[in-house]
Amino acid sequence: MSEIPVEHFLILSTALFFIGAYGFLTRRNMIAMLMSLELMLNSVNINFIVFNKYLFPDTIEGLGFTIFIIAIAAAEAAVAIAIIINLYRNTKNIDAENADHLKH
Amino acid sequence: MSASAIAFYCIAAFILITGILTVTTKKLFRAAIWLLFSLIGIAALFFWMEVEFAAAVQVIVYVGGIVVLIIFSIFLTNQEGVNMPSALTKRSLFAGLAVVAAAAYTCTLLCNHYWMKGSEEVFDPSVNNIGYLLVANTPESFVLPFELVSVLLLAAMIGCIVIAMKAEPENK
Repeated sequence: MSEIPVEHFLILSTALFFIGAYGFLTRRNMIAMLMSLELMLNSVNINFIVFNKYLFPDTIEGLGFTIFIIAIAAAEAAVAIAIIINLYRNTKNIDAENADHLKH
Repeated sequence: MSASAIAFYCIAAFILITGILTVTTKKLFRAAIWLLFSLIGIAALFFWMEVEFAAAVQVIVYVGGIVVLIIFSIFLTNQEGVNMPSALTKRSLFAGLAVVAAAAYTCTLLCNHYWMKGSEEVFDPSVNNIGYLLVANTPESFVLPFELVSVLLLAAMIGCIVIAMKAEPENK
């Protein structure tokens, strides 16, 4: 267990975070952007649990934060999808580029 | 290299490959399925770290909840066989450059930092301890955030219903 240095876990979560960031910057469909956001939130979860387990094993507070992040991510995904469905009902289109009604 | 280390690197490669496929595949439904595999890989990583509760919550909430919700909304808003509009070449080029540069910078910071040794105490994420952490009657426990999250979930549920509800016809 301790043979793997803690940097490797952190490099994994860094790579996953920036994969999500790339998707968030390049995707134009709102649901695909939401999926990229979920990847970024998950990389943060990995970070919290790795710091907790390998650097501060006497507490479990990082695990508690992970549980709160998962709960809030569920609420966020539900609200985002409700907004996307409402937008689709009004405009028949869920491209982020076309959602500019408030500008005109 | 022991079997557990090999298992870790296999899980890490699985997570990263499915993550890359999630953000690059052309079809939206396939992206959702790759996201599903990536989240399962993260749950496997939590199992590998012996944090079973987090792994179970990951499977139940993400794999069983959020991905199913995303697939539902794909079917409600999209013709599933259609390719997504491809990203603008200029934008994906600059996004790729920025992301690679930021990831490389973060990785050099990580590798040059001295990580202190953790204490020798045993990490014990049993459900008993998690219960004490969340709702015990001690100053260190997370009772207030726990209650706030429950109120937030209720508010999000009501908000989703109100936002996604069909408007009544005017002449009724």
